[in-house]
Amino acid sequence: MAELKQSMLVSRIAHSRFLWLAVIMVTCVSMIRVFAGSPENIPPPKGKYSEDTVCVEPVEIMRRRHFEYILDHRDKTVIEGIRTKQYSLIGCIDCHITPNERGEYARYSEETHFCASCHLFTAVTIDCFQCHADRPEEAVRTTLDLSGTTAWFLREVHERLQLDVLVQ
Amino acid sequence: MEIVRFSSVEAKSAQYWILLGTLVLAALVGYLAAHHMDVEGHHITGMSNQIVWGVPHVVAVFLIVAASGALNVASISSVFGKVDYKPLARLSGLLAISLLIGGLIILVLDLGRPDRLIVAMTIYNFKSIFAWNIFLYIGFIVVTAIYLWMMMERKMNRFTRPAGFIAFVWRIILTTGTGSIFGFLVARQAYDAAIMAPLFIIMSFAFGLAVFILVLQASYAWTRRPLGDALLWKLKILLGIFVAAVFYFVLAYHLTNLYATEHHGVERFILLDGGVYTLLFWVVQMLVGCVVPLVLIFVKPFSQSRQMVSLAALLVIVGGLAQLYVIIIGGQAYPLVLFPGMEESSSFFDGVVAQYTPSIFEILLGVGGVCLAMAIVTVGVAVLEFLPESLSDKALKLESATP
Amino acid sequence: MPYTLDTQEVDTARRSFTRGIVALGGLAIAPGVVLYHSAEAKPANQPVSGKQRWGMLVNTNVCQEDCDACVTACNEENGLWSLDRPATDAQWIRKLHVKDRQTGHVTSLPMMCQHCEHPPCVDVCPTGASFRREDGIVLVNKHTCIGCRYCMMACPYKARSFIHEPLQDQLPHSPRGKGCVESCTLCVHKVDRGDNNTACAEACTKDGHQALVFGDLNDPDSEISKQLKRHGGSQIRADLGLNTGVRYQGI
Repeated sequence: MAELKQSMLVSRIAHSRFLWLAVIMVTCVSMIRVFAGSPENIPPPKGKYSEDTVCVEPVEIMRRRHFEYILDHRDKTVIEGIRTKQYSLIGCIDCHITPNERGEYARYSEETHFCASCHLFTAVTIDCFQCHADRPEEAVRTTLDLSGTTAWFLREVHERLQLDVLVQ
Repeated sequence: MEIVRFSSVEAKSAQYWILLGTLVLAALVGYLAAHHMDVEGHHITGMSNQIVWGVPHVVAVFLIVAASGALNVASISSVFGKVDYKPLARLSGLLAISLLIGGLIILVLDLGRPDRLIVAMTIYNFKSIFAWNIFLYIGFIVVTAIYLWMMMERKMNRFTRPAGFIAFVWRIILTTGTGSIFGFLVARQAYDAAIMAPLFIIMSFAFGLAVFILVLQASYAWTRRPLGDALLWKLKILLGIFVAAVFYFVLAYHLTNLYATEHHGVERFILLDGGVYTLLFWVVQMLVGCVVPLVLIFVKPFSQSRQMVSLAALLVIVGGLAQLYVIIIGGQAYPLVLFPGMEESSSFFDGVVAQYTPSIFEILLGVGGVCLAMAIVTVGVAVLEFLPESLSDKALKLESATP
Repeated sequence: MPYTLDTQEVDTARRSFTRGIVALGGLAIAPGVVLYHSAEAKPANQPVSGKQRWGMLVNTNVCQEDCDACVTACNEENGLWSLDRPATDAQWIRKLHVKDRQTGHVTSLPMMCQHCEHPPCVDVCPTGASFRREDGIVLVNKHTCIGCRYCMMACPYKARSFIHEPLQDQLPHSPRGKGCVESCTLCVHKVDRGDNNTACAEACTKDGHQALVFGDLNDPDSEISKQLKRHGGSQIRADLGLNTGVRYQGI
């Protein structure tokens, strides 16, 4: 009798939709983890913001609320011309996007890009980098040494290749 | 006049589902075309830094203008008290809402950043007639929906007249707003004219009624409901008057421009040597969209045929699209005058007529919007009681007059 | 070192201006406010104000017909890369050749956003994305631009471009991307940095033509104001009454 009860319980668990949902979710999350790359691959920031603080605000706050700071600063810069560095997107990129050991700067379309690494993991979609530079000026300039049509063609190829990688 | 019985169309026949399926499919194709434009950017369309508004805007403006015009039939019955038109009022309201939605969807999908529609709905610059139009368009849908409710809910019938009056005033303001989009463009030779607003209002009368006549005839033929001659003749005569009025306003617009030397350049462009725009103006807008319909409506033996009424309405629509093409695209093709009396040239197409060839994506988006509007009508008449069971002369107690 | 030079320049300007005021006498209105006119870089944490009105003076008499140094400089400064699609490629500044039909005389001049005091693009923009900064620079707030292109219809100078394709490799100080409208920013990033000049004007000076002068129209002691006062300068399509920030001599 006890055996029967136990087997019923097992079958009930096996047939429970909740269980399958959980299995699928765990698989997805672990796959995202695999695709998102581990933090070790992300080059460290240039340095500390000041003697006492690592980032422009305590790290815990920045992790959760960096968007609010950037958004607030965005309107001040565009409309009022306030150009302080503390919360500016250029400031973030300049410090956080650094070259890897091969001297390459990641783009936002790559998972080792500081911003992308976390946004991929948390499935956050942003459109900042449709317009804004996703790398510091010195990194952008190296791509731009090729000017005109050739550069456009190469960029196009580059973009297509990257897209393919993402699709795969 | 007896109480007219309304009933919904039974959505059982294969033809109904084929019609609805085709319309929805076409609307979907239009959406996919727009999505492709959004992903690739507008460089795959015919639009450029010279022609910034293209075929999607021509179709969208046509639909928006026709939407306010389609409501006229209802206004004639409840505002001007012509009871003969009362049975048509519900369809008139449904068509108005549908056409407007179709037009708005096109406009939204053509935006550079359609994903930011929420910005357009939340941040307003009240000096912009565009911002006002967002209010006017959404308000029009609400006002017309309330008007329909007053008409269709027996308990609310006593409010039909005030609701109809508000809808009528609203639609006049709405078309004024649409016309002013162009009328307020002081820098462009073809647009800077106050007559744009009344011109657009009278265009809406003609285009809206033409669409209404076609939809009415099609829905009565396909549902095998009787549609008497007497009502159709009334609508036909009205269409003739509106088309003649459009002709008058076009004449006034061009004569005013022709008097001022400043505008001779753009007038010469549209009327004489503008290539496709001149052709569209004279042949399609004036001949096909104006003269031929007037002949079909008023000259025997054409005026005695029901088919000719459909044809006249169809030609008015074709002419209307051509008219908006000439106004919107022709107006942009003619170069901006920075230095009057001088010849200008640059790497940015100063001083030259801008080239424009519509791409398949723009056309599919335009057609998709029209089909979406028609799909809404098709669903609407099946879900609610929009159509009277009979519009025969006997049912309406109209004298079956021959023109 | 350049910083010291700047300070000296500023000080000289301030001193001479103060002398001018004293000499004029009578004008005893709030000397503090008047002193603020001097071309001093705004502190980064301060908003721009209406005390300045940035503008540009174009001397078409010295502008060379076959020279497009200003255009090249603008493209490089702001990262405007040609995609070899002339009809849709962005152009913030262009060389315009104006020929008198009667005499055949050709005037060559750069044409860009005229930074109007009453800009039609700002009037028509439904979301207010097109706006005029306090200091007179007309900009597009690309965060709220929905890409309706009504401003392009309204602009009398054909100064605006729509971005027709996805972009990459934008410069950090010049964000731009698909689906928004853009135009000359009067090198707003340089102005805010205190450069007190634009890329086009710098390039023109470097090439030895000196056809472009950038400066503060509100500061009577600035080079642009002095030249405008001495030689005058006209607006293009002055009939529209827009009070443009870009003025031309020799047209």
